[in-house]
Amino acid sequence: MTRADGITAALSHLGRFDELAGANTPIARVDPRAKLVTTAAFLVTVASYGRLEVIALLPLGAYPLVFLVLGNVPLGPIAWRMALVSPFAVLVGAFEPVLDRQPLGSLGPLVVTAGGASFASILLRFALSVSAALLLVATTGLDAAAAALAWFRVPRVLVVQLLFLYRYLFVLSEEVARSLRAHALRSPHHPSPRIRVAGSMLGQVLLRTLERAQRIHVAMSCRGFDGEVRLRRPLQARPSDIAFVACWCAYFVLCRVSNLPRLLGTAVFGVAG
Amino acid sequence: MHMSDALVSPSIAASMWVATAGASALSARALRRRPDDRRVPLMGVLGAFVFAAQLVNFAIPGTGSSGHLCGGVLLAILLGPSAALLVMASVLTVQALFFADGGLLALGCNIFNLGVLACFVAYPFVFAPIAGARPSRARLAVATVLASVVALQLGSLAIVVETLLSRRASISLGTFLLLMQPIHLAIGVIEGLITTFLVLFIRDARPELAPGSREAVISKPWARRVGTGALIATVVVAGALSWFASSAPDGLEWSLARASVGVPAEGEPEVPRGILARIGEATGLPPSEESGNRGRPADTAGRAWPQVDPLVSFSGLAGAGLTLALGGLLAAGLRAVRRSTRPASPP
Repeated sequence: MTRADGITAALSHLGRFDELAGANTPIARVDPRAKLVTTAAFLVTVASYGRLEVIALLPLGAYPLVFLVLGNVPLGPIAWRMALVSPFAVLVGAFEPVLDRQPLGSLGPLVVTAGGASFASILLRFALSVSAALLLVATTGLDAAAAALAWFRVPRVLVVQLLFLYRYLFVLSEEVARSLRAHALRSPHHPSPRIRVAGSMLGQVLLRTLERAQRIHVAMSCRGFDGEVRLRRPLQARPSDIAFVACWCAYFVLCRVSNLPRLLGTAVFGVAG
Repeated sequence: MHMSDALVSPSIAASMWVATAGASALSARALRRRPDDRRVPLMGVLGAFVFAAQLVNFAIPGTGSSGHLCGGVLLAILLGPSAALLVMASVLTVQALFFADGGLLALGCNIFNLGVLACFVAYPFVFAPIAGARPSRARLAVATVLASVVALQLGSLAIVVETLLSRRASISLGTFLLLMQPIHLAIGVIEGLITTFLVLFIRDARPELAPGSREAVISKPWARRVGTGALIATVVVAGALSWFASSAPDGLEWSLARASVGVPAEGEPEVPRGILARIGEATGLPPSEESGNRGRPADTAGRAWPQVDPLVSFSGLAGAGLTLALGGLLAAGLRAVRRSTRPASPP
């Protein structure tokens, strides 16, 4: 697979998210502002745990799980994204078992060190927060999310910028993919262009981009554009949306103040921790 | 490189969100003061361009590795710093949402590291003075490369500081700096070279858009003021918040750890700890027994290892298994409910 094919695949993947957001599911029907607030509360909760917590974090998995199932989101694209993402957290986390060898206890013959627990905790946090963000956009769509942002008084120019960027992302990425394909056909021995070639290649795309911006501006002016982009997307919060936020926030607080898995284990097996 | 949600603490994330929101609001206001209706589509399309350009990996001569464009300095040169910051913010937001680069909590950090530092520090303090009003090709090239190097060095330094202050990883300052700074020096030089090629290309093909033309010049003194303001605001906000968070030892975290089941409430007095003490800890200067403590005073951490641990106790583990099983049941139940209601909803 050439690089150009890779870009095309990534784009079709991105397009999938749009289709998912358009589906009529219980989660997609929730007000975008409610989902935004709840997801923010979720992320803060996940981040607020101490660095050695692993088991206490598990009940929070209910949040992405409910989005995944009730939002009717296929696991494939989400899992694929999570597997591909930036290795930074994993890289820093991988140092933990080496740096911190203080024993915490044993798990059968296996000695659990603080570093090991910390690494597991970083991976779990990573999975929770990344899946929550991906599922938010897969069940909401960028248009609705932008409307919610505007409602929260995010500067108009930034909201419009976000929508414009998203609109032209596909167009320009396809243009870059075409340039790369053209390059690959002309120089089969160099899969990725050298820096000077990449410079003028991207330069050509940049020139076409600037010309495109001019054409878009002319088209917008023809339609009466006066410098102000008006967003019209009525948002109506229902009682169920308020209940959605309240229930989830209460659940996050419950998870945070009590170690649910430990309580469950004690209750069922009757062994004190 | 993106800061990750998994490594950031709520207080650091909040400080960086405040700093970033402030810088974005100031930039938005600056743009409103100089209305230009050509700018809306130009910013949008250039954002998409940066996004698309990041997909191009080019070969780095002599090393066998490859790099790609980040775009902060390029955007500042083409659009001026305030518009560039908003474009970078939108690019990073879309990356966080659709590609899970970084994350939403760390988005404030990422916009600051890759956007604010490039647009409001590297551009006005490095690029603008070197390039001057009517730069020659060589001057333009030197200014662009240096600005990119400075932007990336500052960006990776910010990642190191944010990670260490968040105390989610026990890596020491020295090791972390040694890992991050040299690699970002290389990335910065490459970023600078590709940006230079692009800027020179545009200058030859569309001279009216290149630096030395309208917007870039207008915004220079203004950008310097905002850059200084943003830096001061960040230091003040981060300092104040860290102080606030540490004066009640690790605030939320500590009090919740006490309230939680299974962690015995110990009678130690709360020890107020200032930002310097936290930096000291983060850098690994105090003895390593510190690393196991979760915001509790150091002396309890050393002797308390059997009771701190949530992993070993049987009920904890069994409970974890039960939680996962419950999760599976929840999913299956919800799926069954969905399936039974599906005929009602349109396909």
